[in-house]
Amino acid sequence: MYEGALADLVDELGRLPGIGPKSAQRIAFHVLGSDKADVDRLADVLRTVKEQVRFCTVCGNVATEEQCRICRDPRRGDELICVVEEPKDIIAVERTGEFRGRYHVLGGAINPLDGVGPDDLRIRELMMRLQAGATKEVIIATDPNTEGEATATYLALMIGPMGLAVSRLASGLPVGGDLEYADEVTLGRAFEGRRLIQ
Amino acid sequence: MHVRRLQLTDFRSWSQVDVTFPEGPSVLVGPNGHGKTNLVESVGYLATGASHRVAGDAPLVRHGAESAVIRAAIGHEGRELRADLTIQPGKSNRARLNRSPLPRARDLIGVLKAVVFAPEDLSLVRGEPEQRRRMLDELLIARHPRFAGVRADYERVVRQRNTLLRTAYLARKTGGRGNTDLHTLDIWDRHLAQHGADLLAGRLALLESLSPYVVKAYDAVSAGRGRPQMTYQAAWADAEPLSPDRDLLTARLAAALAAARARETERGTTLVGPHRDDLLLRLGDLPAKGYASHGESWSYALALRLGAAELLRAEAVSPVLILDDVFAELDTDRRERLAAMVTHAPQVLVTCAVAEDVPAAMTGGRFDICDGEVNRVV
Repeated sequence: MYEGALADLVDELGRLPGIGPKSAQRIAFHVLGSDKADVDRLADVLRTVKEQVRFCTVCGNVATEEQCRICRDPRRGDELICVVEEPKDIIAVERTGEFRGRYHVLGGAINPLDGVGPDDLRIRELMMRLQAGATKEVIIATDPNTEGEATATYLALMIGPMGLAVSRLASGLPVGGDLEYADEVTLGRAFEGRRLIQ
Repeated sequence: MHVRRLQLTDFRSWSQVDVTFPEGPSVLVGPNGHGKTNLVESVGYLATGASHRVAGDAPLVRHGAESAVIRAAIGHEGRELRADLTIQPGKSNRARLNRSPLPRARDLIGVLKAVVFAPEDLSLVRGEPEQRRRMLDELLIARHPRFAGVRADYERVVRQRNTLLRTAYLARKTGGRGNTDLHTLDIWDRHLAQHGADLLAGRLALLESLSPYVVKAYDAVSAGRGRPQMTYQAAWADAEPLSPDRDLLTARLAAALAAARARETERGTTLVGPHRDDLLLRLGDLPAKGYASHGESWSYALALRLGAAELLRAEAVSPVLILDDVFAELDTDRRERLAAMVTHAPQVLVTCAVAEDVPAAMTGGRFDICDGEVNRVV
């Protein structure tokens, strides 16, 4: 094994998600072979990201100020709130350009196997936002898996009594693909969620 | 459907083998421990993605090798399909169909359809409920691949729910926060009822279609002695009959979960749902388990597999039938009847240690398997 600083770097990189021992080693040697200026820049951004980026006090998205860019945007309204699991899900929805409402980040999904219950998610914050009264519809965009569905059901049960509309994103076929390439589970769901034309 | 050519590399005892099979019956004869079963096991694995002998993949790879390869040329309606599967224990398997790689190895499942009957299947009659549930679910998935997803979702919900119940149970025992987490139990109940009803409806509908074929197959094998009867058993349903209506089943599961809530929190595990059900196999009026003779149990297990093959044949594609070490267990009458029943199948692969055990009516290819070599004799 390597010694001193290099071993430390390989260990630290190896702890990052999606990076195994081989990749950690390759990145470490790349860093070692890079210009000092490049490495300084990397070290700087790593430090500043931790110092400057915080979480929006309203929606839980990443932000550089007290509130995130979307919560501060006066062109957006509070009538529609889209509930997602992670900040990166916001990026995905934003790329569509279809949604002009605001978001709420839960910070995960109900998952007893990982010890995550509703109290560990930002559900209380969501309820407080809804009680303010400006919202008419909540769109639940949690992942279409067992845990995401359970979270969606939980939220629907909590929000339903408040008299707000609660909707769930549809699941089904990818657009632009061929029907024949869809896997049987997705295609089965699409059949169940079919709708009448007209 | 039939396997025209089978090539194995580092699969079980075979470092390298290449066999060409005819349509109709092929009998593989050889001493014990020379690899007959390994050959047909590879065909079963290619068809179902699982071995009929072991749960894990590691024993399938020849000792000392890193991966095993199964290659087959499959004849189907005048076309030839080429299926390649690389088994890599500890990693995901890789599959190719007609030389193009498939995104997931499990996409290859079902391309080749095969029904395996082996000595291990005696446990379908004598063993635990789990084996009968697995038989039903495997056939269900072979008929309707959608159920692979349904079953996976259901199992995930059961695991999540069990964890929740167990955490609450442990917390109560140590006097910590117990019931605070249990209010999400309603959510899991709802999902358990939905996915459970989906799976249950599938199993019940399958059983309805399968039963007549099993009766017919048993009749053929046993020459009319005794009549098999299969009943789906769900302890939570309070002996009221179940019908394969999904909405109705969802409501009944939900009601049963509500009724069992106290017992479940007490025990810390999910007691209601298709993961605890069984298939009651009866012969005449008596349960086959415990009452049927060895020969009867054997015929029953055989009838379940033959019935499954006949069901698949009637609905879609005639599967390759694999009879592993079966004839030695049957008396002369039953052997003759079994042979008469399966000779019409597009392909039957039979293994046996003694050639005389297989009735003369099974004419077709005959292969000698000895010392790592396969030689076609007839």
